[in-house]
Amino acid sequence: MLATSSTFEANARAGLANPILQRALALMQSGFPERRRLAIERLPEFEALRDIGESIKDHTLEHLDFYLELFEANVLASGGQVHWARTPDEARAVVLQICRSVDAKVVTKGKSMIAEEIGLNEYLEKNGIAAVETDLGEYIIQLRHEPPSHLIAPAIHLMKEQVADTFRAEHCSLDPARSLAEARQLCDEARAVLRPRFLAADVGITGANFLVAETGSSIIVTNEGNGDLTQTLPRVHIVMTSLEKLVPTLEDAATLLRLLARSATGQEFSAYTTMSTGPRRPGDLDGPEQYHVVLLDNGRSALLGGEFQDVLRCIRCSACMNHCPVYAAVGGHAYGWVYSGPMGAVLTPSLIGIAKAGHLPNASTFCGRCESVCPVKIPLPKMMRHWRERQFAEKLYPPVYRAGLSLWAWVARRPALYHATVELFSRALGWAGKDRGRFRSLPLANGWTAVRDMPAPEGRSFHRLWAERQKAGARR
Amino acid sequence: MRVALFVTCLVDFFRPTIGFAAVKLLEAAGCTVEVPRAQTCCGQPAYNSGDRANAKAIALQVLDAFEGYDHVVAPSGSCAGMIRVHYPELFADDPAVLPRVQHLAARSWELVSFLVDICGMRKVSARWDREVAYHDACSGLRELGVRDQPRRLLASVGGLSLNELAGAETCCGFGGTFCVKYPDISDKMVSDKEAEIVKTRAAAVLAGDLGCLLNIAGKLHRHGRRIEVRHVAEVLAGMTEETPPIGVRR
Amino acid sequence: MSKAREQILAGVRRSLKRGRLDATRETALQERVSAHQRNLVPARAASMDHAGRVDLFVAMAEEVQATVVRVASPAAVPEEVARYLAAENLAADLVLAPDPGLDAFPWDARPLLRIRRGRAEAGDTVSLTPCFAAIAETGTLMLVSGAGTPTTLNFLPDTRIVVVNDRQVVATYEDGWDRLRAAGALPRAVNFITGASRTGDIEQRIELGAHGPRRLHIIVVDDRQKAGDGEDE
Repeated sequence: MLATSSTFEANARAGLANPILQRALALMQSGFPERRRLAIERLPEFEALRDIGESIKDHTLEHLDFYLELFEANVLASGGQVHWARTPDEARAVVLQICRSVDAKVVTKGKSMIAEEIGLNEYLEKNGIAAVETDLGEYIIQLRHEPPSHLIAPAIHLMKEQVADTFRAEHCSLDPARSLAEARQLCDEARAVLRPRFLAADVGITGANFLVAETGSSIIVTNEGNGDLTQTLPRVHIVMTSLEKLVPTLEDAATLLRLLARSATGQEFSAYTTMSTGPRRPGDLDGPEQYHVVLLDNGRSALLGGEFQDVLRCIRCSACMNHCPVYAAVGGHAYGWVYSGPMGAVLTPSLIGIAKAGHLPNASTFCGRCESVCPVKIPLPKMMRHWRERQFAEKLYPPVYRAGLSLWAWVARRPALYHATVELFSRALGWAGKDRGRFRSLPLANGWTAVRDMPAPEGRSFHRLWAERQKAGARR
Repeated sequence: MRVALFVTCLVDFFRPTIGFAAVKLLEAAGCTVEVPRAQTCCGQPAYNSGDRANAKAIALQVLDAFEGYDHVVAPSGSCAGMIRVHYPELFADDPAVLPRVQHLAARSWELVSFLVDICGMRKVSARWDREVAYHDACSGLRELGVRDQPRRLLASVGGLSLNELAGAETCCGFGGTFCVKYPDISDKMVSDKEAEIVKTRAAAVLAGDLGCLLNIAGKLHRHGRRIEVRHVAEVLAGMTEETPPIGVRR
Repeated sequence: MSKAREQILAGVRRSLKRGRLDATRETALQERVSAHQRNLVPARAASMDHAGRVDLFVAMAEEVQATVVRVASPAAVPEEVARYLAAENLAADLVLAPDPGLDAFPWDARPLLRIRRGRAEAGDTVSLTPCFAAIAETGTLMLVSGAGTPTTLNFLPDTRIVVVNDRQVVATYEDGWDRLRAAGALPRAVNFITGASRTGDIEQRIELGAHGPRRLHIIVVDDRQKAGDGEDE
């Protein structure tokens, strides 16, 4: 997927100025966080499970080579195949080759962020294979030629009128006079339109929330049932996934699944949590004849053992972005690539480079809400700070900014000079602002005063006043 | 207890009243308070900009300036959090200095939580007839667990009633350099905060961090709102008569 | 592609600053897997007795818009199916899982039910299957694929009826895993189904019946009296 992260500022401004997006974001803010809070209230062990989830993922990452090999062996033992892909090119080539081997014309897709990452749909289309998104949100944005704006609700930036407009424009064979005023009608139409496509698909591609090493299984978590229709009906099931999705055992998966739905949508459990192991068995009346797992690296192995390893714990719940005030202000498209919100701010620079994605870890106040809701306790602000350290070291910040910072730090390391400077400026600014008590505008502070007043200082520095009081007190 | 006051650069420059309020409260709690002269800043601006070298240099300065006190107290969750939570991280790979840093961190506190949790303060004798809203500054809340303590002491202020602010725990959009690096986004966040404050119908809004307060006051004033903005320490110390609210002339 | 495999594994090890794990370490990890110990299991269902668990299963399933009916014996199942379809104004056509466990129900007593045994096809509107287990902690049905239980029955028809035997109700997912392992080789698919198909993709409004079944009707057969006294708690 093409990245527009480098134009984050313009993207953000567009998001802020978009009234429909702002309405949609307000809906999101009043939905997900409250539902999550209620779900967690019902599970007293939730906090303890967060610690355990964190340690399961850490353990797996520390021994990832072992678990990858074990997973592969078990996939093979159950009749499936494993394909290792270092890069998006290799992953795309494998998928195409599998599709060609069964003369596939139509591919249905469950939601897969990995597929977005490698631009799979465009690639298949270019090679004469129709790729049909089946998750309702993904289907809608596919029709609109938009990227997803959220990890689990790809069309969250849209209101139902826009969806209705899109369906009218794209579902040309349906009665133009039909009503599409209600979400119910939109869902029914999508269901009716996509059902024949499910049935006609030659290949079904899903993602994987988890891969279980113990059994060589993949687990998908959906609410619609589209992932299940995608993987059950066609002759071939391809699981598009990445290295860090592994967990050791079924019990470990159960623990993480308890965290996932609650953190994501506030559900106790998603409507459909499905574990797949290999192709259909002898005697089965349905199910795919082939089961393929495409294991993508694309930079994950490089994150191990370093200061960004913790982001590999991510279980793709979206709690971080649901609680992020920056995401809630600008929406997911502002981030410019597949992964948005706080986890996107950390992961995106590691996958497309800090030069392109530099704004993402900087557009944060470090309020810490993301970390506080992450089910596996990823220290997101800390890792954003690490990106800032890289940028500072590589001189990726604007020179004026660096100079200002250096000057300030130079003075701050010299207390006597610092105190004299503070006293001088607080007197000056205090005097200048004494009539109103605040400034409507201030040279060099336009970023601030464009939208708010600057309160005037009291006019003396604390240190000077304290010193004077001490002297007065000593004289008594 | 011998307490050293960590003034914070914003209090020093913009609003010394908060520093004096802190001293008054600490003395009322039975502490002797000193203000080491060799302090300037906690180093957070450098730290959050990725400049670890300067952050460490400033931290070492703090380390030296605050040697030998029983406790170090700051009227700011973000500065106290910097010392308590982030200094040890800054020096994690520096075994020569780390023990001293950890010792400093362990005895550094945000003001109100220090008064309640360490000094055992349960009430204040101040009086202020107002309906107030309280904004939970992020660092204090999430890094240091400051939430119940200010509410507890505010509940004891004569004539004061607290209207809980919806989204009290949502960031106000200050974020240090964030508000000037991404002013549009910061503006949206502080506008949302303003809207929530107005909805409470409170006559005043309080918080424990001057950065947030400058941001919020600036926005309220730009829109001509007459809601008083003060640091919670000023109210608890009964100093509301001595200094006008933030951004208001004498 | 094996070149990719070797390079990826080598990359993993290089980042972790070590070579391949030694035999002792690998054995320890393999033992951890084989032991598949339970992590912390919530007390919610685990702390209840069996009757409590069944009640919890019913309550949790109803929370997610499944309808649940408890019948006292297997003989009542076909009657309940007929009643349900009539009440929902659905035609009495259904496809049943070939599973021999369903043979025990007296379908002949309800000749107006038009029953086909097999996998689901595009036009099917109602399916009926047994389940493998019913998980009390979240009202979740655990179904497995197999010769007698084709997966398409779970997803193609708009209305799902699942027959749960009281003895199949367990407390937790971990209990479900234990039963699965005890049953032999893993099936191709294990479906954990909690309520009806749904989406919130349009303005966060939950709508049922996104692609999967809109209706989920669960018949819990409590035949403990028939099974013999004192068999379970």
